[in-house]
Amino acid sequence: MWAYTGKRLLQGVLTVWFIATATFIAMHNVPGDPLMNDKAVSTAIRANLEAKYGLDRAVFPDQYLIYLGNMVRGDFGISFTQQNRLVNDIIREHFPVSATLGILAVLFAALGGILWGALTALYRNRLPDIVIMFLVILGISVPSFVFAALGQLGLVQLNGLFGRQVLPVAGWGSVGHMLVPSLVLGLSTMAFLTRLMRSSMLEIVNADFIRTANAKGLPPTRIFLKHQLRNAILPVITVLGPAIAAITTGGFVVELVFAIPGLGRYFVEAVQQLDYTVIMGTTVFYGAFLVLMVIVVDLIYGFIDPRVRLE
Amino acid sequence: MAENSAASLNRAALLQLGLLIAASVAALFLLMVLLNWAASATGSDASAAKAVDLEARSISVIVQNEPPQLNSMKATDTDSGQVLGHIMEGLLRYDINNQLAPGVAERWDIRENGATFWLREDAKWSDGEPVTAHDFVFAWRTALDPATASIYAFILYPVKNGEAINRGEAAPETLGVRAASDRRLEIEFEQPVAYFDKLVAFNVYYPVREDFYRSTNGRYGADADEMLYNGAFVLSEWVHNASMRFEKNPHYWDRDSIYLNSIHVPFITNSKHTAVNLFKDGRVAMAELDAETLPDALQQQWHIKRFVDGSVFYLEFNHRPGRVSTNLNFRRAIEMALDPKELVFRVIKVPGYLPGETLFPIWLMGEKTLFRQEYPPAQRIYNPERAREHLEQARVELGLNAWPPLVLLSGDTPISVKQSEHIQAKLRENLGLDMRLDRQIFKQRLEKMKNGEFDIVMAGWGPDFDDPMTFGDLFASWNLQNRGRYNNPKLDAQVRIAQASLEPAVRMRAFGEIQRILKEDAVILPDYERGKVFVQDPRMIDMARRAVGPDPDYSRVRLVDAN
Repeated sequence: MWAYTGKRLLQGVLTVWFIATATFIAMHNVPGDPLMNDKAVSTAIRANLEAKYGLDRAVFPDQYLIYLGNMVRGDFGISFTQQNRLVNDIIREHFPVSATLGILAVLFAALGGILWGALTALYRNRLPDIVIMFLVILGISVPSFVFAALGQLGLVQLNGLFGRQVLPVAGWGSVGHMLVPSLVLGLSTMAFLTRLMRSSMLEIVNADFIRTANAKGLPPTRIFLKHQLRNAILPVITVLGPAIAAITTGGFVVELVFAIPGLGRYFVEAVQQLDYTVIMGTTVFYGAFLVLMVIVVDLIYGFIDPRVRLE
Repeated sequence: MAENSAASLNRAALLQLGLLIAASVAALFLLMVLLNWAASATGSDASAAKAVDLEARSISVIVQNEPPQLNSMKATDTDSGQVLGHIMEGLLRYDINNQLAPGVAERWDIRENGATFWLREDAKWSDGEPVTAHDFVFAWRTALDPATASIYAFILYPVKNGEAINRGEAAPETLGVRAASDRRLEIEFEQPVAYFDKLVAFNVYYPVREDFYRSTNGRYGADADEMLYNGAFVLSEWVHNASMRFEKNPHYWDRDSIYLNSIHVPFITNSKHTAVNLFKDGRVAMAELDAETLPDALQQQWHIKRFVDGSVFYLEFNHRPGRVSTNLNFRRAIEMALDPKELVFRVIKVPGYLPGETLFPIWLMGEKTLFRQEYPPAQRIYNPERAREHLEQARVELGLNAWPPLVLLSGDTPISVKQSEHIQAKLRENLGLDMRLDRQIFKQRLEKMKNGEFDIVMAGWGPDFDDPMTFGDLFASWNLQNRGRYNNPKLDAQVRIAQASLEPAVRMRAFGEIQRILKEDAVILPDYERGKVFVQDPRMIDMARRAVGPDPDYSRVRLVDAN
């Protein structure tokens, strides 16, 4: 298992290097650069800026090598737009916010997905199944900014109805601030997981070993928990790794609408601002995070399903 | 058998599910407690936000973006400018009627070759030390120092040697500014500057105290405790991208006319929907509206206010040799095929926007009254038929058989998208011209403008200071902002006249001439003057909204009981 983990980690490092290089190349091939500003600058000011940020050197190999060197040391440099802040500080201050929101969203999504999925499978083709599956289609097809806007509107109505603040409409600072945003954030994943859980449950209901278990007279509870649920949950866990990464990185809209100081806003706005250092920092950070999550899920898989050998 | 076992399976399974749900609810609760702790460590408690607190004399407002730069010598954007306007003060400042008023300087004298500012005795930093002339000398020299790499250093070029220092050709100490005493600032000009009093209200001209600046080791302005304040408020708390809190500066010289004890910024977001929802919920005292949120505000029967924010937007032609847009008849054809009124009233549809008539916006002051009253711009004619005649003439003059596909370069904001599609449709309908839309994010559009990769570009300009010159020299051949590379010695001559003179009548006449040339030669086609619409809490009065200077300005806000 250790050899397997080591191999996977090495692959992960290679993947991250590839992500960093590809982003670097793409970023430098887009017209414009972070020093462009509303007001045109003279060559003198431009030269001052380029010298200060090291953009006066050749992109290849100088800037690339400097960049990789700093990255290995864990230094992503200073933001171009927020000129007083280190990219490391930005990640350190804002990732915990996105992660907190993300953990809750993933939990909502996973628990909801498994429960609804199991329910729909048990009530196959009956009313609960039809209602839930209709909602699932909605959850998958409606974009998150619609849910975010609706959720916020609902909060305004709720507070108006009670004449006092039941839950805050936006902002950050307590668990009340994250309930609706995380629900909105996790909604599409929840819908996706419900569908996945349903189909894998249905597949297993008709499996041979379930029939055998029934035939040898095992109590239904035991069959449901030990054999059905445990087997059905496997595909759900497989997609949970990428889902965690997607939720934690995909919070841009939710963070904007609910005025949440997460990293997702930097991730998106940096691209618009062509803020080289922040683009590289957040992309590499999120890339590494995604790779790590996939590895962790693969390792967990081995514990849940002993048939999977980690080699 | 199947019926029976399936039913019992369901019952038992449901029981199990119930247990699972109960367990996960308990786990969730535990998790929430943990998350609550995590959130309070990474944000500030925004749940206490109240739009207006009469007893505490405080208000809560939204700032649209995290201010990228609170080092006044380097700040270039409106968000930083707005925040700086509350916590810093220059020699002069704008009052609630948007007129220049004494700031740190109590009186001043501007001459042909220089200026003198007398600083008030009671101007103090937030640590109680006096603001002296040396603090201005230090700030101006540092801003021009090439090592500082300030984008806005050019705004200090009117001061003698400013440009040479910024180019690294002279030492910062040679700058034409000196502290004759702690309270007298003497300035030498590179050439006469009629509007120097307006320039010193700009943030790059704000004072910075040397000893404090050096003690921050290059982190000046990075955090609330890495700054020294001399404005009406101090920044007492700043959680990046989350919240800010301003408190009344007890050392501010004009503290008696500051009513508010504190200003809270519990929300940083540029979503207009969020702003309206927070306003509805009574969390913020002001919310800006857009085309999408306006109907909601109307339905609520809120009192909606509007103003022009100072920026002018126009179509700029590419005047580089070889482009069809160098042909006057071509430009005329486009001019007559487009109607700014239709654009503003039927496409943009946000109150507050004004149809563009000229480069010089409506609020600019002339010699005695508004510039536009003294020098009314020529009427623009919308006439598709004559437009087609001009286009045909242009085709013959250019020796073309058919029109090549032309590029309309634009931004990617919702308004730019609407506008570019409107222009494309109108030109096809009225002239049969095919425009290819090149929609780019902000910095890429700038790069393409700089390189001349367009035939027509949707461009705009916001004022830096309150004088027609902030627009007047835009199309001088030497101006870097002139990205269409228009080059006309007659226009250049008028710009030089306006620059060299201190005489208002002479200067305004020159600007009038510039306006005439821009129209006659169809150099640019004005589209609109941008407006803003907003709602504000009726208990809050004396908030300033302005075209030039920090906006919105809450520093002189007073609170009244609405009942």
